Amino acid sequence: MELNKLTAHGLKHLLDKGDISNIDICNDVLEAIEKKDKALNAIVHFDKEKAIEKSKASKGLPIFIKDNICVKDELTTCSSKILSGFRPPYNATVIEKLLKKDFVLMGKTNMDEFAFGSSTESSCYGPTKNPWDLERIPGGSSGGSAACVAADEAIFALGSDTGGSIRQPAALCGVVGLKPTYGRVSRYGLIAFASSLDQIGTLTKDVEDAALLLKTISGHDAMDSTSVPVSTPDYSLKIKDSIKGLRIGVPQEYFGQGLDSDVKDSVLKAIDKIGQLGAKCEKVSLPHTEYAVAVYYIVATAEASSNLARFDGVQYGLRAKDVKSIEEMYKKTRALGFGDEAKRRIILGTFALSSGYYDAYYLRALRVRTLIKKDFDEAFAKFDAILTPTSPTPAFKIGEKTQDPLTMYLSDIFTISANLAGIPGVSIPCGFTKENLPVGLQILGKPFDEETILKVAYNYEQATEWHKKRPDL
Amino acid sequence: MANYEVVIGLEVHLQLKTKTKVFCGCSAAFGAPPNTHTCPVCLGFPGSLPVLNREALKLGAKVAMALNCRVAEEIRFDRKNYFYPDLPKDYQISQYGQPLSQRGYLLILTEGKEKRIGITRVHLEEDTGKLLHGTGQSLIDFNRAGTPLLEIVSEPDISSPEEAYFYLTALKSILEYIDVSDCNMEEGSLRCDANISVRKKGTKELGVKTEIKNMNSFKAVRAALEHEAARQIETLESGGKITQETRLFDSARGVTEPMRSKEEAHDYRYFPEPDLAPFDFEKDVLRDIKREMPELPEPRRKRFMSEYKLSDYDAAVLVSDKALADYFEKCSSLYKKYKIIANWIMGDISAYMKEHGLTIDRLNLKSEYLTGMLDMIDKGIISGKIAKTLLIDIVRTGKDPLSLVKEKGLEQITDTAQIDQAVADVIKENKRIADDFMGGKQNAVMALVGKVMAKTKGKANPQKVIEMLKESLKGGL
Amino acid sequence: MAITKDTVRYVANLARVELSEKELEHFTGQLDRILEYVHKLKGLEVKELAPTSHVLDIKNVYRDDIIKESLPASEVIKNSPDREGDLFKVKNIIEA
Repeated sequence: MELNKLTAHGLKHLLDKGDISNIDICNDVLEAIEKKDKALNAIVHFDKEKAIEKSKASKGLPIFIKDNICVKDELTTCSSKILSGFRPPYNATVIEKLLKKDFVLMGKTNMDEFAFGSSTESSCYGPTKNPWDLERIPGGSSGGSAACVAADEAIFALGSDTGGSIRQPAALCGVVGLKPTYGRVSRYGLIAFASSLDQIGTLTKDVEDAALLLKTISGHDAMDSTSVPVSTPDYSLKIKDSIKGLRIGVPQEYFGQGLDSDVKDSVLKAIDKIGQLGAKCEKVSLPHTEYAVAVYYIVATAEASSNLARFDGVQYGLRAKDVKSIEEMYKKTRALGFGDEAKRRIILGTFALSSGYYDAYYLRALRVRTLIKKDFDEAFAKFDAILTPTSPTPAFKIGEKTQDPLTMYLSDIFTISANLAGIPGVSIPCGFTKENLPVGLQILGKPFDEETILKVAYNYEQATEWHKKRPDL
Repeated sequence: MANYEVVIGLEVHLQLKTKTKVFCGCSAAFGAPPNTHTCPVCLGFPGSLPVLNREALKLGAKVAMALNCRVAEEIRFDRKNYFYPDLPKDYQISQYGQPLSQRGYLLILTEGKEKRIGITRVHLEEDTGKLLHGTGQSLIDFNRAGTPLLEIVSEPDISSPEEAYFYLTALKSILEYIDVSDCNMEEGSLRCDANISVRKKGTKELGVKTEIKNMNSFKAVRAALEHEAARQIETLESGGKITQETRLFDSARGVTEPMRSKEEAHDYRYFPEPDLAPFDFEKDVLRDIKREMPELPEPRRKRFMSEYKLSDYDAAVLVSDKALADYFEKCSSLYKKYKIIANWIMGDISAYMKEHGLTIDRLNLKSEYLTGMLDMIDKGIISGKIAKTLLIDIVRTGKDPLSLVKEKGLEQITDTAQIDQAVADVIKENKRIADDFMGGKQNAVMALVGKVMAKTKGKANPQKVIEMLKESLKGGL
Repeated sequence: MAITKDTVRYVANLARVELSEKELEHFTGQLDRILEYVHKLKGLEVKELAPTSHVLDIKNVYRDDIIKESLPASEVIKNSPDREGDLFKVKNIIEA
């Protein structure tokens, strides 16, 4: 049996019965990595011997972690040269929670440098490939986590989502990607990209695993001032309830120009299916959707420009040599250590906050953010969930958009709003294009109502077969 | 010089006396081995997040209220972005748009009159680490990074270096009264920068200002401002222009000099700190702070003048040091000649403390011993002169005055026969002085008194000695 | 033009990122396009709206003034590119 192909809840069942041991799981995972990861490049920090050792010392399931989440004494680099060699002296709160539940931390997954991207091409370790077509990108920035789950190199993985970085790669790789409500999961130990938007979430093979993993990592954390003290429901049970009578909104703004016709077909069919399962799907309007990308790339880069200032060569990471002064050290270190996209975003964000431009760019963006949030508040007054495509297109070719940052930014157009409004969203497989590339359905929910969107996702998933399809590698 | 006026604003940075740092649980104590009071948060390690120390905000509000500021209804933190190696995140969590409090004032006494100096704002921020400069290299200790720091900015209401000195003294006195900081300039728990400009009297427009840094005592602030004001006036008088710049005070040479590093226009890119939620005080928290507020130096000075009938000067000197004023009040409950207590505290006692580097708390002088001694003077048991040495004996031995007087036989001589003998001897031995007196030099008698006192080892009552000398000399030699 | 080369040079200096003349040219063009796109926000009337810098409706998240264990200095310093004892070491601010 190839245990690496199973879900976490499936494996748990087998473990509980005593049919298998977690060493068996670990061995199958290791084998899959050896067989496939040369081609995929999904995993960036991984030590086979250590992984076996850790498995032997624990009874839990193996999990992979995106490279921007701090694991004590393990390389944590955000796929950036500027953090080369960095081993944090502490664990992120989510890591502490996983360890408490006996999970085995296998290694770190590839990502866009500092999560700046939608394709995992800006990683200093080179791009991750899409397991469905090795010439294509897996999406991003959690491309490594999505690809390794899709390719059965992993049972599940953690990612982070600032503007769609979990949901978009999940859609493009054909797995389940969940971004919880802002404040649901502690950000302590997540290396910040945009602090008011970042949220840690899950990449899994099915909805039940998403529910299981969300339950594990959620909860109030005194170390994070933006972690909200709300209780964590038992998602695994609740998601199995029927969706009869649920009111679901379908925003017309998400089905206009630029939407790939195969994607559109799959998503519309999925919406029909959900209607057949008893939910009431109706049109809704989110009128400020077209401004989301513009708002996002000002707010997110402004925060990022400040968050990334600390990578200056003083305390850790890369430091440029042969410099005469500290000023020169700063400039050379950051020139050497950051890739092009990081530089671009740092400069854009610094510009948006700089004297003379703050009001016109940053402050204006924050005001429009209010409108985007209001759109959702009004929609959720009438609806329990909102259905949209996750990404306007299926996975694109490697290199296709790297020369044109704006086009790359527009590929986040459907996922960004959820981060700006702080609401939860999940992407689930809902079909394939003619070229056999996965399509994702995005389900958005009210703040702290992950339960409802997971319930819709679960009901749909149980009524379809898409989540069972795996790429041939 | 006379036709110029000076405009000064002061920026004081104050470390608050909390147990832990402002955004993490590391100890805020001074003097630990390098980088041992640090954690991922105050080091700004990737992934770390700040959580506000409630006590720091409370102490901040206490300062704001003592300075008559309005505490904001909603308090927010902002990031101030600039690169510097002592700043772990290369941004400082500070306050910009919605600081802790604004618009207050404090009163100073200048030329015998009260003057109100406006306080622009009082806000809370995190301190930086410490750079130890070597040749070509600097070493960094981040123990100080994240210590709660209060920035107290004055309006440009200060019109002389002397007033700046008074402002700082008054401020420090208030801060000590409310017990929020060690206020130690040498250890850096209180730091001061100044903005100064000059303008011709009668002009409305402000002159170009310079910022003065690197002053490590209040006296240094005054000296630096005196030098800088003179420099600016001289520059203008000789047809020059003032450059807006930061200047460092060289205390050894008593001059200010432009900072050597190249300066660029500040563009701090302040924006709301996304890692912290907004704050507000519940009404009863502020009410409690107000209720627990001790009497502050200014009202206390006024009370000392009315209640103890002390002069403006005496009252001001006593209340400027809370412990000293407390000591005075303790004594005043035991002894009712308040002016005499004040004289002793401000005279011999202060001199002794200054000489030995002591404060009143560390001085071994119980209030009842001081007042007991004063009682003995009043009753004629000891002379005022003896009391001066007795005071030092009390402080040194910790013994009560009565036993010391007995032990050392310091009682005043009241036996006239004993004094008679001494007077006779002195007149005999100092015939010329006696002649002078009789020749009409009234002052000469004091010289003779001194000799008699010396003979009696100070134990004779000087008043009595004068009477007896005059009596003896009346009839001629 | 939404942004000029001089502005990009100024901003890159603020952000302490050294750019070659070629990069400067390249980034200016790209940023100009992005900002042109962002200008669509100018069409909205937003003066009356409160800015959203936080999505959560929470306030007063504090901790008590209780000492927690710090990291050992060896852990603090272990990632440093240069050090002296337990202190971080850097070049001086001013060129020697």
